[in-house]
Formats: sequence, C-alpha cells, structure tokens
Amino acid sequence: MKRPGSAIVMTLYLLFLMVPVYWLVNMSLKTNAEITRTFTLWPQDLTFQNYVTILTDPSWYMGYVNSLTYVAMNTVISITVALPAAYAFSRYRFLGDKHLFFWLLTNRMAPPAVFALPFFQLYSSVGLFDTHIAVALAHCLFNVPLAVWILEGFMRGVPREIDETAYIDGYSFPRFFVRIFMPLIASGVGVAAFFCFMFSWVELLLSRTLTSVNAKPIAATMTRTVSASGLDWGVLAAAGVLTLIPGGLVIWFVRNYIAKGFALGRV
Amino acid sequence: MDKSQNNRAWFLVLPVLVLVAFSAVIPLMTVVNYSVQDTFGNNAFFWAGLEWFEEIITSERIHAALGRQVLFTAIILAIQVPLGIFVALHMPKKGFWASLCLILMAMPLLIPFNVVGTIWQIFGRVDIGLLGRVLTALGFDYNYTSDWLDAWATVIVMDVWHWTSLVALLCYAGLQSIPEAYYQAAKIDQASRWAVFRHIELPKMRGVLLIAVLLRFMDSFMIYTEPFVVTGGGPGNATTFLSIDLVKMAIGQFDLGPAAAFSIIYFLVILLISWVFYTVMTNLDRETK
Repeated sequence: MKRPGSAIVMTLYLLFLMVPVYWLVNMSLKTNAEITRTFTLWPQDLTFQNYVTILTDPSWYMGYVNSLTYVAMNTVISITVALPAAYAFSRYRFLGDKHLFFWLLTNRMAPPAVFALPFFQLYSSVGLFDTHIAVALAHCLFNVPLAVWILEGFMRGVPREIDETAYIDGYSFPRFFVRIFMPLIASGVGVAAFFCFMFSWVELLLSRTLTSVNAKPIAATMTRTVSASGLDWGVLAAAGVLTLIPGGLVIWFVRNYIAKGFALGRV
Repeated sequence: MDKSQNNRAWFLVLPVLVLVAFSAVIPLMTVVNYSVQDTFGNNAFFWAGLEWFEEIITSERIHAALGRQVLFTAIILAIQVPLGIFVALHMPKKGFWASLCLILMAMPLLIPFNVVGTIWQIFGRVDIGLLGRVLTALGFDYNYTSDWLDAWATVIVMDVWHWTSLVALLCYAGLQSIPEAYYQAAKIDQASRWAVFRHIELPKMRGVLLIAVLLRFMDSFMIYTEPFVVTGGGPGNATTFLSIDLVKMAIGQFDLGPAAAFSIIYFLVILLISWVFYTVMTNLDRETK
C-alpha cells in the first residue's frame, strides 16, 4: 500500500467486519458452561464437542446436505435457461424485448414475503412440498433474472463479428454456442453461477416455508434449535461457523471477477 | 452495438419465460385472487371487491410499519453509500492485499441471512456478547431487547456490516476501469484530491453507483430475516418492518385477504421506485455510448 492513511482505513473497516465473526468462532469452541458463566476473549477450555455434535447427528448435518442440494440444482437450472435468453437479449431486437427485460428484473424486486404463502400453496398442490426441487424452482424467481442480467452484460462485450464469422464457416447455432461462444464468456458463466449460488444459499424465508423435514435447510434447522433447546449457544455458533465455509470457498474461485459480477457485468 | 431485428429470438427466451411464469405469475395471481375475496373457511370464497385495499390503506398499523420502513431504508442508504465510496477509494488497487481485501469484504455477503442475525444476536447480548459487554463496561445502558433505540442501532449497524461491502465492491469495480492516464493528467494540472474525486472518479462510478443504490434500496425495503432473528420485530413493534408485518399477517394470523392486498400495494411501491431507477440507468447507458 502506498498511502498509510488508506492502510489505516482498510484495517479499521476489515476489523469491523471480522470482529463479530471472530466472536462467533470463539463461542463455537467453548463449552456452554464457559459461555454463560464467564467472559473470555478466547476459549479457556478448548472443545470441539460442538462440531462433533453437528457432524455426527443426521438431523444436523443433513441440513447442510439439503441446502447444498437445492442450491446446486438451482444454479444448474438458472444458468441453463438463462444462457439462451441472455444471448437473445444481447444480440437481437425483438417484439417486446425491453418490456420483457424489465419484467424479468421486477421478479428480483419482489419481496419474498409476498410469495411465501402462494408458493406454499402452489407447491403443495402439485405435490412438490418438502422436496429439493421445490426450493430450487422457487429460488429461480430471483436467480434467473439475475443470471440473465449478468450473462447479458458479459455477452455484450463479445464482438458480433465472431458470431458472423462462425456462421459463415458453417457452424450451426448450437455447435457455435457450445464450442465457440461458451468458452469466450466462461468467466461470465462462472460469475453468474457464483451469484446464483450466493443468493440461493443465503435465502431463508422461502426455503423454510417450502420444507418441513426431508429438504429442511441448515439455516432453518438452526432457528428451530434456538427455540427448542433455548440456550445451546455453542452448537448454534458452531453451526453458524460451518455455514461460512461454502461461501468462503466459492469466493476464492471468483475473487478476480466478483466486483464485475456485482456490477451485473456492466463495468 | 447494433442489434438486428429478429423475432425468432423469442424461442431463445421461451425457457426463461415458462419457468418464470410458473414461479412468479401463478403465485402472483393467487395473491390477486385473495385480495378481492373473503372466506369463512372450507375453501368457500366470495367477492369482497376493494374492501381489503381500503382496509390496508387506512390501517394505522400499516402506516406505522411503512414509516419505519422508509426511515430504515433512508438511514441505510445515507450511511452505506458514502461509506462504501469511502472504503472503495482506499482499497489497494492490485496484488496480494487487493485480493485479501476483496475476499474478506465479500465474506459477510455470503453468510445466510439468519446466520447474520444470529451473529449479531450473540455479539450484542449483554450477558454473553462482546459488543454488549464492552458497551456496558463503558457505562452505556445498552440492551437491544428492551430499548427501542438500542434495537434500531443494532439492526442498522448489522445491516451496515452486512451490505456496505456490496457498495464498496461495486465502486471498486468502477474505479478499476479508470485509465491511469486520467490521474496523470490531473497531476499535471495540479488538481486537488477533491477535484480528482469530483471530476474523474465520481463520473466513472455513476453507473455502478446507480446499481448499488438500486440493489440496496430493493433489499433494504424487503428486509425480513436479519431483524426478525435479532429483535423479532420488537421491542413492541419498534423494528417491525413491512415484510415482518406481512409475514405476521399472512402466516401468523392467516388473514389472507388483507395480507394479499398488502402484498400487492407493497410490490407496487417497490416496482414504481425501481422503475424510476431503471429508466435513469438505461438513459445513462445510452448517453455514455
């Protein structure tokens, strides 16, 4: 860093971000007795029992499996349907394209609270309640528009001449799309997938409403435990720490594109 | 880029259309349906006209929730946008430190909403939380479960913690696109730090800032999980924002009619404001090309 002022600002800001996380990790490594009776800045009586509890009890760790299952399904579905649509928006003018594009965006603006009850009734009536696919489809509500937006932004950056040359060379559309175009926007696909992962992973209201036992996400498992056992802070903190890990892993892969992705590919 | 006219492009959009129709249009029509009907149970519905809408529009409870929501969103934008710009200006431009900052700053964005709530609930508690303990030790009478001001402060600081990085990352992306030559020219002209910011950096960030404001507006206006986990909407109704109130009404009390009318008005308000942002944004896009 060149300027010392900047270093101070960044250090303070990152400290602000990290201190609550530190406290969570700190608590997850303590016994409940230590948490409630004494006040310590680091675990005096270091224990991994909280983690053992979670990783050996299926009603806990299945929550992670469920969450990751529907998140993965959602990411695949969103990207698959968004790719051709984004291509259409970035390359062609067609009847109602602008309105359609805005209408897609409005789904990103819809408060999940508005959709909670109708979703519950819709998925119950088609027999999908408490399945992973129900949550995956429900999350498409905000992830598909987002994926279309991000991909469209990246595709705009690819010159049209590439398409035209490929067609002249005798490529059919599907072959061109998979063999030539996809590699060109690979980073865009990666970023869009990252964002689908992220928003599906952090969402709770819809995933909780649409599941009861078989597909219950980890986040919902956590809220239930708080109310049931009341004071099992150590396990609650450990579960929280474990939810940080998937996010941390995917950030690592997209760290160089993350800012561009947040700008929906429009920088 | 010039686009060619081709209505067959509709076929490419079709999958998205079908999917979104299933996951958005059908549920939305259910809501519209409920909003104009009343029921005595047993799935027997009868026409209620605009009764529910009148009830919602004149309801003091909704007015209060709307007031709190607008105040909350205004405070959030007023803090996060300047702070985000400020942080972005101080981020290292490249190398190891830049990557480290990016990763650490993105962390809060990938934490499930209720875990964010849990983190702050634990952090702020007077008996076991670091923040609560420190504030009490400093002589503050801090308790977010009983004092409305403390509850508000906690929820706001939590949201700043959670989302400021988003604004910062967006601005950072905008700043990265400024060629080094601009800064050199400014140096030759002996431009002040403020002039560089005002005439070089801010115009370049305009587009991304608009996206940032749009995203922050939408998300803070529909905030639900985080304050719900921390305060449960309390003390009293002090932190009951629109979504919390709506879920209470729809799933807690099962008042389908009023909740549906409420949903529609709520959605329309967000839609209207976002449409304004969107129009400004696309116009800017056109200007810069």
